[in-house]
Amino acid sequence: MDFTLSKKHEMARQLFKDFAETEVKPMAQEVDETEHFPMDNVKKMGKYGFMGIPIPKEYGGQGCDILSYVMCVEELSKVCATTGVIVSAHTSLCADPILTYGTEEQKKKYLPDLASGKKIGAFGLTEPGAGTDAQGVQTKAVLDGDEWVLNGSKCFITNGEVADVYIIIAYTDISENKKGRKVKRFSAFIVEKGTPGFTFGTKEKKMGIRGSSTYELIFQDCRIPKDALLGPQGKGFPIAMHTLDGGRIGIAAQALGIAEGALERTIEYTKERKQFGRSISAQQNTQFQLADMATKVEAAKSLVYKAAMKKQEFAEGAKVSYSVEAAMAKLYAAEVAMEVTTKAVQLHGGYGYIREYDVERMMRDAKITEIYEGTSEVQRMVISGSLLK
Amino acid sequence: MKIVVCIKQVPDTKGGVKFNPDGTLDRGAMLAIMNPDDKAGLEAALRIKDECGAEVTVLTMGLPKAEEVLREAIAMGADKGILVTDRVLGGADTWATSTTLAGALRNIDYDLIITGRQAIDGDTAQVGPQISEHLDIPVISYAKAIKVEGDHVVVERQYDDRYHVIKAKMPCLITALSELNEPRYMTPGGIFDAYDAEITVWGRNDLKDVDDANLGLAGSPTKIAKASDKVRKGAGEVVELDADASVSYIMGKLKEKHVI
Repeated sequence: MDFTLSKKHEMARQLFKDFAETEVKPMAQEVDETEHFPMDNVKKMGKYGFMGIPIPKEYGGQGCDILSYVMCVEELSKVCATTGVIVSAHTSLCADPILTYGTEEQKKKYLPDLASGKKIGAFGLTEPGAGTDAQGVQTKAVLDGDEWVLNGSKCFITNGEVADVYIIIAYTDISENKKGRKVKRFSAFIVEKGTPGFTFGTKEKKMGIRGSSTYELIFQDCRIPKDALLGPQGKGFPIAMHTLDGGRIGIAAQALGIAEGALERTIEYTKERKQFGRSISAQQNTQFQLADMATKVEAAKSLVYKAAMKKQEFAEGAKVSYSVEAAMAKLYAAEVAMEVTTKAVQLHGGYGYIREYDVERMMRDAKITEIYEGTSEVQRMVISGSLLK
Repeated sequence: MKIVVCIKQVPDTKGGVKFNPDGTLDRGAMLAIMNPDDKAGLEAALRIKDECGAEVTVLTMGLPKAEEVLREAIAMGADKGILVTDRVLGGADTWATSTTLAGALRNIDYDLIITGRQAIDGDTAQVGPQISEHLDIPVISYAKAIKVEGDHVVVERQYDDRYHVIKAKMPCLITALSELNEPRYMTPGGIFDAYDAEITVWGRNDLKDVDDANLGLAGSPTKIAKASDKVRKGAGEVVELDADASVSYIMGKLKEKHVI
C-alpha cells in the first residue's frame, strides 16, 4: 500500500492548481453573484484537455487515469465549486457512460467533441416525481419505425441548457414482476441539443453552485434515431446506477475540494485576524478546530482517492464494483465539506457571513454535495445494503 | 526545422533561498520552477512548431532533479529532452555554463537556439550571448517578438524606449523576454506522456570540444564572495482612479487586511 503520489500525479496536480488559481479563482465570486456560467473557462479547459482526462487518446481524450480526473475536480472546486461540478457532470455522467456502454460508432461520434470541450455533456434521470425512487420516472420512449419518440420532462439537470449531448433515462416498457406488480423497464438514450421536440423549461435559482446551469428538460414528441439507444434496451436502470457510481466519485472530489479550500482560507484568516492583542490562531480553540478540520479533510481524501483507484481497476478491465467505495467517499466527503465550511464561517466570525469572503460561498456550495447524485441517505442505503446482503 | 531551447530550473522565488557554505545556491534544498524567460522562449518555439512545423528539443544543465523541467517542457509540447549533469560541472558560473551548453549543442542539429534572456536566480543575461560566441553564430537578444521567414528569423529586439527589427539568417540564437508571450499550460495527457518519455542524459564525456579548465566551479572565473537573500518589499500596486473611488479602494484594502 503506497500513499505517495507518483511524480506524474504531482505534476498533474500542480497543473490543475496553477490553472485554478490563475484562471478560475479570479472569476469565482462573480460567477456566484451573477449566476454566470463560466463558458470562457470551460472552453479554456477544453483546450487544455481538462474535459476529457480519463477518455482514451483514441477517442480524443487525454488517456489519463481516474485519479488525475479526481484531482482536477478537487483543485477546481477548491476555488470554485461551480467549475468543479461542470467538469464532473460532463465527464462522469455523459462521457463516461458513452465510453462504457456506447457502440464504436457512438464513441467515435461523441467522445472526441466531448473530450475537447467542443461539446458539453449532461445526464437526465431525475424528474419532479422521481429522484431516489427511479420507478417514479414518467419519461417514456416508444419505438415508432426507425425512431424513438420521447415524452416527459427531467428536472435539476446540471449543465442543463449549455450542454450539447444528453444521456436521458426513459422507460421503454412496463412488465409484471413475479408478485404481479407492474415494473417499468428503462433504457438510456443519447439526445442532442436542437432535436425538434426537445426544449428547456425553468432555470433553477439555487443556494450554491450558482454559476452551474441547472435546468428542466422537456421532451414533447421528440423523435431521435433508433441508434440513439445507449446500451441494451431495458438496461437503462443499471446503466444509470453504474453511471451514478462514477458520478459520486466526481462529487466526492468536489466536496473534498470545497473543504480543502475552506480550510486553506481559514488558516490564512486566523493567522491575520487579531483579537485581544494576538492572532486568533494563537487561541487553543482555533488550533483544535483547525486540527479537527484538517484531520477530517485528510480522511475524506483517502476515501476519495481509494474510490478513484477502484474505478481505475474497473476501467482497466477488472471485474470489480466500486459502488460501495464511491458511496462511502461521497457520503463522508460531503458531510466533511458541510462541517468544515460551517466551522470555517464560524472561525471567520462576522466576516464569514459576508459575501466578499469565500467561505460564505463555500458553505452554500457544500450543501448540494450532500444532496445531488444520491443524497447522503441514499449513500447509507448503498453501503448498508452491501453489508447486509 | 530544428529548434533547441535552453531552459533552466531555478528556485521558486515564492519559496525561501538557501545557500551552500561556498556561497553558491543549494538548489537541492529549494522549490524549483522553469525559469520564466526560458518558458517564454519555449512557448515561442512551440508556436513556431504549431505554425510551420518544427522539432523542439529542450536542453538543460543541472542536478538530476532538473529533469523535472524537461518533462514539464515535454508536457507543454516539446519533442525531446536532454539533461547535462555531472559532478564536475557543479558550481558553474556563466562562462562555465555556456561552455558546457555549447559543448552539448555541438552534438545536436539545430537551425535556431532560443534561450531565456536571464535566469531569476543569477540575473546575468550572459549565458545566451556567450553560447552564440562559442558556436560562432549570430545572436539577437531581448526578443519581444519572433517570426520565421524562410531561412531567416525576424526579431523585435526590445530597448527601454524603443525596439529594433532585426533579421538574421539561421542558424542563430535568440534570447527571449518573458513579455514575449503567455506560455501555454501543460495538458494532463502531455504530463503522462512526458513521464513515459526517455530523457537523454549526458555527462562531461559527452561534451564536444570543451576544455576541463573551463568547466564547473574550478573553471569559473566568477568567485562569489558572499551571497544573501535580500529582504523583499511588497511589489506595491498602482491604480488610477478618481479621488472618491481611490478612497473606497483604500478603505476596501484596509478592511481586507483587517486593519480597520
